[in-house]
Amino acid sequence: MSVDEGALARYVYAVARPFDPAPLAGLTGVGGHPVEAVAHRGLLAVVSPVPLREFDEAALKAKLEDLGWLERVARAHHAVVDAVMPLAAAVPLRLATVYRGEERVRAALDEDRAVFERALDRLSGRLEFGVKIYADPGSRGEPEPAPAAPAGAEPGESPGRAYLRRRREQRRRRDDSWQVAAALVERVDAALREWADAMARHRPQDAALSKAPGENVLNAAYLVAEDDAEGFLRTAARLRDEAPEGTRVEVSGPWAPYSFAGLDRAGEPA
Amino acid sequence: MTQPAPWQGGARTVRSGGGSSSANLADILERVLDKGVVIAGDIKINLLDIELLTVKLRLLVASVDKAKEMGIDWWEHDPALSSAAQGRERDELAEENERLRERLALLEERRGGELEAGPADDDETEAGGGQQRTGAGRSRAGRGGGGR
Repeated sequence: MSVDEGALARYVYAVARPFDPAPLAGLTGVGGHPVEAVAHRGLLAVVSPVPLREFDEAALKAKLEDLGWLERVARAHHAVVDAVMPLAAAVPLRLATVYRGEERVRAALDEDRAVFERALDRLSGRLEFGVKIYADPGSRGEPEPAPAAPAGAEPGESPGRAYLRRRREQRRRRDDSWQVAAALVERVDAALREWADAMARHRPQDAALSKAPGENVLNAAYLVAEDDAEGFLRTAARLRDEAPEGTRVEVSGPWAPYSFAGLDRAGEPA
Repeated sequence: MTQPAPWQGGARTVRSGGGSSSANLADILERVLDKGVVIAGDIKINLLDIELLTVKLRLLVASVDKAKEMGIDWWEHDPALSSAAQGRERDELAEENERLRERLALLEERRGGELEAGPADDDETEAGGGQQRTGAGRSRAGRGGGGR
């Protein structure tokens, strides 16, 4: 109708085996646009229209630098993927995969059919769980004495010596915490791999971004068959409850298997 | 995220729980930006740009300060992130301060009796180590220790 109609592109969230798209009614994606299904020869792309103006090359370049925009798009992308996962065997696509129209989406399903088929074979019926381990030396036992305070000097001990002694004690406590955390990482990984098909390590998160207390020493994702999810979570809960003082285990999920979707790209042109 | 949703249930509950819908931004970004199936969209720029962005986010996730050193500071427009970054900077200053104090204490301890008198007006530093044999040093330590 309007000039803008022609300027709508299609944003693709996930590709699935064919399923009844009725439950997608009412679901909205990036920018609040309605989510649609594009079925094509044994595959189904979950898409929504987006203004090409916002996703053309120049706009995208600028927008990706805008953390507010990025967060909205990332959360919308994630919400649609989350809604699709219980409905069908599906694999999530990377953020901002955009085509100029529905016909181009169909063409992409043909062009990359082998990629999708392999990913769907490998990942259907599997969930991803995130597991993080934190070392938090400050949380152990007695609070650390302020190093500058002369309090705690033993009789005849110089303030300088007392200071050094306190620093050594502090450091020993900290080293202990690291050793405890390192041992915990091994124990947790070994126990969880019993339930998992694969494990992927993410870069530890900086506290400035995640705002979580302590130092993130393990940031892992585990690929778990649906039938094993209960055992995996039971094991993770036990490990979390038994985490030694000064350490913390956090579990997130279930996620769509993002961390395992792009793993067999080797040898393919980007 | 403190208490993920799926704890109370079995696989079926887990599947429909949507436990990650309120997930933290860092968890979401590290997945949707860097992972997932990658195919070339029509907007050709996205591959390179997202890779650049990923590099930037990695730097941010790895080290705010290192990213800053390299002149990457785009997140500073975000007040939540920038205040966290400032907090971290303060922490590092405090750490640095401690390290310097420690070195000073060590140096003064080594010099020990060689020092006739420490710098008289330097109350705030760990000058006590150098002055331990003088009456002034003892009384200063005693005064500070009163808060024990």
